[in-house]
Amino acid sequence: MSFVKAGGFRGLQSDSDDIKIDTSGNVAFINNNIVNKNLLINGGMNVWQRSTSASSLTSNGYHSVDRWQSTIGAIGTWTQSRSTDVPSDQGFSYSLKMDCTAADASPASTDLLIIRQQIEGQNLQHLLKGSSSAKSLTLSFWVKSNKTGTYVAELQDTDNSRAISKSYTVDSANTWEKKTITYDGDTTGTLNNDNDDSLHVLFWLGAGTNYTSGSLQTSWAGSTDVNKAVGQVNLADSTSNEWYITGCQLEVGENASGFEFEPFSTTENKCMRYYEVSARSAMGVLTMGPSRNDATQVDAFIAFKVRKRATPGVSESGVSFNTNGNISTQGTRQIDNDGFNTAYILNGNQTSYASKNGTYKADAEL
Amino acid sequence: MEITNAKYVNNTYMDEVDHIEATIDGEVWSVPLVEGNRFYNEIMRQVEAGELTIQDAD
Repeated sequence: MSFVKAGGFRGLQSDSDDIKIDTSGNVAFINNNIVNKNLLINGGMNVWQRSTSASSLTSNGYHSVDRWQSTIGAIGTWTQSRSTDVPSDQGFSYSLKMDCTAADASPASTDLLIIRQQIEGQNLQHLLKGSSSAKSLTLSFWVKSNKTGTYVAELQDTDNSRAISKSYTVDSANTWEKKTITYDGDTTGTLNNDNDDSLHVLFWLGAGTNYTSGSLQTSWAGSTDVNKAVGQVNLADSTSNEWYITGCQLEVGENASGFEFEPFSTTENKCMRYYEVSARSAMGVLTMGPSRNDATQVDAFIAFKVRKRATPGVSESGVSFNTNGNISTQGTRQIDNDGFNTAYILNGNQTSYASKNGTYKADAEL
Repeated sequence: MEITNAKYVNNTYMDEVDHIEATIDGEVWSVPLVEGNRFYNEIMRQVEAGELTIQDAD
């Protein structure tokens, strides 16, 4: 038997590899769209259930784009929005824009500014983290900013308090640039096989000396604050500063393949595992007939479109009823991964058809 | 996360607490008593830090 050993293959008309094989045998089809290779959700910034713009931001939270959390620790004021400014001819429709609206040119030691995504441990078991066969990871993304210089992208293993940071450079102001960063596999610390967060992907945008005064930790080790964001520029130092990102992909192996474009509905459904907002003002016709013999209480059950990661928080707004004015007060609310049931106390017997309208939000984000 | 007006709510069927009603960043949320829910985790963190009190159920 004979073998061909190669690190890459290319088509007759290609001047770069179309298939790459890394030293561990991971194959990257550079231009093919292998399904579910991207460990990140909504890396193309397509789904914005909460809002397409959020302003006056000074605190942590999920402010606009799905799955991407902002950590804003006393470092400027920000508007986060969906932008149509994207790298040309790459297939992206939107980017995430961070716009500084109040500057902080001298951040305090504890200040920090991060855009991050958290990934469930049960979706990461194939990384073999904590074993001698631990897989490398490659992060690729498109970025644009007027603020040139060094930025840091960090991976955090929150199950074992371990981390690795790599820097990248925004070379040219106001120009889309594709960045690719490869992180070694970590042979220490297995990831929990559950629905809690195990791996965080962090894009640092600003940091005080508590995170910059050491040496950048470019190999996996215990998480040490001073080594996390060494060299990071301060995006908050001017209200002229903007930062755009799209096409974020984290995949197994040492090579970046083409971005995994998936149908909008696929990305939306993935996002709804973590957060869902009903898309219409009416929740629809609800089963709210008499449910007790004495008919003094009725139930309204609403099923989520997508089963949630965990029991979510629920918020309703604009709720109204078609019950002949019988509703007195809201009673029990029972919530699980599949939906929520609300009991309502009646003033008197409800003998005819009833319905409930309004919108809801369900939040099971990490 | 700004949390105010936190209050336990009873299950009307069994007369036992089944969730917390709270205003979170300006919106009223029903928060399940489940570790791993980020709202519940934050409420409990603020309670332990003495920054928040949860009112008893009616």
